[in-house]
Amino acid sequence: MVQTVYLDYAATAPMRPEALAAMTTELATVGNANSLHASGRRARRVVEESREAIAAVLNVQPRDVVFTSGGTEADNLGVKGIYAMRRLKDPNRRRILTSPIEHHAVLDPIESLGESGGADVRYLFADNVGRVDLDWLKVELERDSELIALVCVMWANNEVGTIQRVAEISELCKQFSIPFHCDAVQAVGQLPVDASLVDSLALSGHKVGGPIGVGALVLRPGLNPVPLLHGGGQERDVRSGTLDTPAIAGLAAAIVAANGDMAERTTRVRSLRDDLVERVTGTIENVTRNGDPDDTLPGVANLSFDGCEGDALLLLLDAAGIECSRGSACTAGVPQPSHVLLAMGLDPQTARSSLRFSLGMDSTQADVDRVVEVLPDIVSRARRAGTPRSPKDIK
Amino acid sequence: MRVVAALSGGVDSAVAAARAVDAGHDVVGVHLALSRSPAANRVGSRGCCTIEDSHDARRVADVLGIPFYIWDLSELFESEVIDDFVSEYALGRTPNPCLRCNEKIKFTAVLDRAVAMGFDAVCTGHYARIVDGPNGRELHRAVDPDKDQSYVLAVLNEEQLSRAMFPLGDTYKADIRTEAANRGLLVADKPDSHDICFVPDGNTAGWLHNRLGDAPGDIIDATTGELVGQHEGAYAFTVGQRRGVGLGRPAADGARRYVVEVDTATSTVMIGPPTLLHIDHISGERARWCGPALTEPTQALVQVRAHGEAVPARIEVDGDVVTALLDDSLRGVAAGQALVIYDDTRVIGSSTINRATRR
Repeated sequence: MVQTVYLDYAATAPMRPEALAAMTTELATVGNANSLHASGRRARRVVEESREAIAAVLNVQPRDVVFTSGGTEADNLGVKGIYAMRRLKDPNRRRILTSPIEHHAVLDPIESLGESGGADVRYLFADNVGRVDLDWLKVELERDSELIALVCVMWANNEVGTIQRVAEISELCKQFSIPFHCDAVQAVGQLPVDASLVDSLALSGHKVGGPIGVGALVLRPGLNPVPLLHGGGQERDVRSGTLDTPAIAGLAAAIVAANGDMAERTTRVRSLRDDLVERVTGTIENVTRNGDPDDTLPGVANLSFDGCEGDALLLLLDAAGIECSRGSACTAGVPQPSHVLLAMGLDPQTARSSLRFSLGMDSTQADVDRVVEVLPDIVSRARRAGTPRSPKDIK
Repeated sequence: MRVVAALSGGVDSAVAAARAVDAGHDVVGVHLALSRSPAANRVGSRGCCTIEDSHDARRVADVLGIPFYIWDLSELFESEVIDDFVSEYALGRTPNPCLRCNEKIKFTAVLDRAVAMGFDAVCTGHYARIVDGPNGRELHRAVDPDKDQSYVLAVLNEEQLSRAMFPLGDTYKADIRTEAANRGLLVADKPDSHDICFVPDGNTAGWLHNRLGDAPGDIIDATTGELVGQHEGAYAFTVGQRRGVGLGRPAADGARRYVVEVDTATSTVMIGPPTLLHIDHISGERARWCGPALTEPTQALVQVRAHGEAVPARIEVDGDVVTALLDDSLRGVAAGQALVIYDDTRVIGSSTINRATRR
């Protein structure tokens, strides 16, 4: 059995022990946080302490934190809820400005609003390292500010790691009083995130070492999106559904722990990642790195291997126990060239030849050494597989 | 050996992969995504390549405990199989896309890729046997005559056969289903796939019409030269076809009439009595040999359609051109189909039928 080298933290990170402990305690305890009796009050206290802990880390007030079932729900609630709220107040505000490098949890609800919700969707541009063009955003805001419902730009990109200029986007949006929704799923736990900079911020549990199936939307006070889920109104009438006390406890424990060791951990992870990039690009020909080399998430390395198919590389790496990712979504189980890389100007062939390695808390020098050891042979095999005989050569 | 097992999501490829695992090989399951828009034909499709099929294939791999991947070959499938299928029909010929897919996709693109990646063989659920013979590897018919697929594999050369694995050739289909159930494979009762995988509703004429559009023309009685009707596209007709010609009235003598000739250049369909369909001289191009090539005139058996009888014929080869002189005449042989040459159960080779006439 080959030793597993897990380098797919951006897909999901292993649970932190703090989160596992907090969660297992709660899983063994009864209590609906909305019940009025002692068990209910006990659960409610766990939820509220979790909310306070998360708010403190993100520099917001506890009441601003709305728990959801994950990052996707938080993004959907932010995008669709704020759009609907803005249109209710002013039917002319139909325009959504977003970037072409957003995660599908943002892009797809926006596209859906464009198809059946009357939205006029405008895409901003990203440069060749995946940074959103703010001059263009400024032009759009100045020209048609009274038509704009909201602006959606992510904090840091999940595929290439590039960090966006959130403070500047925030300034621009404030200037024109346009709500700014920010998908910070990859940023929380990896960078200091000041959620008070934005109007709406999505985060997810399992990317920070918490459980899968929980997340939060952090909303500026006074911003009340139209709910997606109606029911008991548990989360300040913006989100309904029985609160998942164990998951919320796990989420808070993970965020607090990640904040506590952020400086030490990210310094170590960044240096491992830099070592990986340097040695891979140094030993294998025609490997290029995608994304901003400096303003980037500490653990992410997106590399294009000229002449390879990403899925051939993945298969061979998997067989060697190394787990990474194409970094792009699948359509019907079939990997598509990454929309992020295409938006950065890569051609489809190069986009298809790209892999995302993402390192995290438990990554080691031995992990990096193993990748550097096996990758040259794997790349040369994948290069041979990537250029099969043309069927036309075979009579 | 390191083996890529093609998993279609059906019962045959599942048992084939299971047998490869049992034989001690290091097996990786691969589902080939061949359709361009798998989501479009997910419901009610009778072909392969649907979302449900890739899910079923994944669950087979789980049960067998082997890794599973999806390889997207839809672009190549479009250019090598579908485009060829359309252009062949546009020329009035009747192609066999399964044969083409085996030749260009499964045992070229997939095999090449697998070999480059360090695999030794590709395993499929085809019903055929590979036998080590005195002159190298030989392709033979499966023991189950109803399921034998040697016809659609008769395009593989020795090199390809040396890297192919068909673990089902020695077993009857009914036993494969029992074996699948005993192995706990949930696809044990899944219906067989039929028809053409990329024509989800089985309506080939309608599918072709969408691609080739209207090409109306005359239907002419080959014996009298009389104009007897109109059609919307000669490409939709196949020599030997009787049903669906759409004639309002029977022949004067009341006899059944068949399509005897399709000419897409003039958009003419000729019909006539079955006697006009009898041919005994077949010529084909693109000779392919599943072992040593025939050089001398040889008495052998030939099969001209996927589910047809093999009949005796004298074979003559001139470079790329194969001629079969049949001992007795055959009825309704369509250009574009494969002429497959057998020595008893062994496949000698094949060629693509160009013309079938009466001596």
